[in-house]
Amino acid sequence: MTAPTLDGLLGSAGVLVCCGSGGVGKTTTAAALGLEAARLGRRAVVVTIDPAKRLADALGVPGGLSNDPVQLPADGPGELWALMLDTATTFDGLVRANAADTEQAERILANRFYHNVAGSLSGTQEYMAAERLHALHADERFDLVIVDTPPTRNALDFLDAPGTLAKFINHPLFRLLMMPTRRGLRVLNVATQPILRTIGKVVGGDVLADAVAFFQAFSGMETGFRQRADEVIELLQSDTTRFVLVASPRADTIEEARFFAARLQGSDLSVSAVVVNRCTPQFGDPPTRRPRNADAALLYDNLREMRATARAERVHAAALLADPALPVDVHTTFVPTLPGDVHTMDALLQIRGLLFDTPA
Amino acid sequence: MLVVELDGKPTLDQLLPDVEVQHISASAALGEYLDTHGLSRVAKRLATSGIIDVVATASPGIDDIVVLGKIKQLERGGLYDLVLVDGPAAGHAITFLLSAKSLLATVRGGPIRTQASEVAEMLADPTRCQVVLVTLPETTPVNEAVETAYALEERIGVHLTPVVVNAVDVGALLPAEAAPEGSPMRAAAEFRNARRGMHAAERERLAGLLALPQLVLPLVAGSVLGAAAVDTLAAGWDCE
Repeated sequence: MTAPTLDGLLGSAGVLVCCGSGGVGKTTTAAALGLEAARLGRRAVVVTIDPAKRLADALGVPGGLSNDPVQLPADGPGELWALMLDTATTFDGLVRANAADTEQAERILANRFYHNVAGSLSGTQEYMAAERLHALHADERFDLVIVDTPPTRNALDFLDAPGTLAKFINHPLFRLLMMPTRRGLRVLNVATQPILRTIGKVVGGDVLADAVAFFQAFSGMETGFRQRADEVIELLQSDTTRFVLVASPRADTIEEARFFAARLQGSDLSVSAVVVNRCTPQFGDPPTRRPRNADAALLYDNLREMRATARAERVHAAALLADPALPVDVHTTFVPTLPGDVHTMDALLQIRGLLFDTPA
Repeated sequence: MLVVELDGKPTLDQLLPDVEVQHISASAALGEYLDTHGLSRVAKRLATSGIIDVVATASPGIDDIVVLGKIKQLERGGLYDLVLVDGPAAGHAITFLLSAKSLLATVRGGPIRTQASEVAEMLADPTRCQVVLVTLPETTPVNEAVETAYALEERIGVHLTPVVVNAVDVGALLPAEAAPEGSPMRAAAEFRNARRGMHAAERERLAGLLALPQLVLPLVAGSVLGAAAVDTLAAGWDCE
């Protein structure tokens, strides 16, 4: 079986995850993939997990993106939508969907510990990203979800996040906290458990009391949460979810790309396509001799310098493509640096043209 | 001086063969924190039973505060004149540095509160701590740097040093018309001039949006960032 091309992936995948380190044009690539998907007739939604406003900038969305998908103008029979993940709002929705009644949902949503978990806890963001991915995949408005991951080493933690939550719910401490208590005895109950007393010493008694109240309010919802986590894991590991590795041809970013490839391999997943952005463009051969004219000599030196840079870049990219964590003959697209900045729809269409050989 | 790396990348060790580099992870810092607070026996039990994750969950921001606490300890230890931290990317940097203030608002007592208040004190004191923003001469990174700068000053009250603009193509514009139209030399020069023009325009825009001096790091040709390139960059450190 030959490796799928980017066009092939856009035609067949249900979820496309773009991963790579910062500054490699990952967001731009995700946006350009979305544009091409719409041209091919797919109903695509591009999701950014990165709290930075890069995707809104790249797509030129005035006022930025929100947690609800907005439709963007795109040529072709398909559709292009975009949204920025809001962890807290997504978690609230999940609580409402799983709560036995409004009263339980409100009790949880009003809890201070819950607010901290939903709003600022690292790990929650990854879990909600996976959760949102699942929800969008199931949403009938869309048939392709393109994910722009944040530019950190932990970007792929969302692959493990649903499993981590399931483990957390099964934890003995969690069960201990879920034990039925009589009203008024709750604080006493906390104080008499040595392990809870210790945790209270570290984080402060009031924080712990909030946590206990949260877990007790959560009671009865864990089955729903666990089932949902299992479904999310299944989606991430299914054949419809594909990974596009985005890199730029510099020694340090190539090193990072290899880290991502190994990380995916470690989760029994693999890279389906590679995009190498920001390659120094090549303009042809210089004259055989350096011109005598001083001005022309400057241009000659510039052309030679750019050729040397491009050659060094190819060597770096080759090191990535030869990495054992990547499938042999993985489809690779090299995208040259544009003379200007990519932050308008026109420039984005130009990038799409370079990725797919379609008219800009 | 000491360089602190937070996300486990080995890159800095290779780039700085003659400088001491320490890696700090949240879980190691939390373990050490429990140790120094007379909870070492409990710490082991917590770690082996996996409860340590629950502790971190019970108090969001605790993983950030123990890392900042460890940095504060290194700063206070007196072993180094300067502790240089390779911080998290723009999106996470604000949450990271804001953890001290957030915890002060939610935790009313105990060692975490003490820790948070000591970290907040360090962050607010420009003689002890300053933040170096690093950006690129392109639209989105400049926008991000400006937003981050305002958030850091207004929400955290931390002092900012001059902003570093990295990978700037600093050369003068090339006399492109010295080669015939359509020739490789002409096309390459026009491309290079467009990039240089864009970099200059973005630096000017940044100066207009952010009243901080700029430190320019020139683009290193050849795309190989090695120890030698770092020396070249350090030698070319140019403040405007």
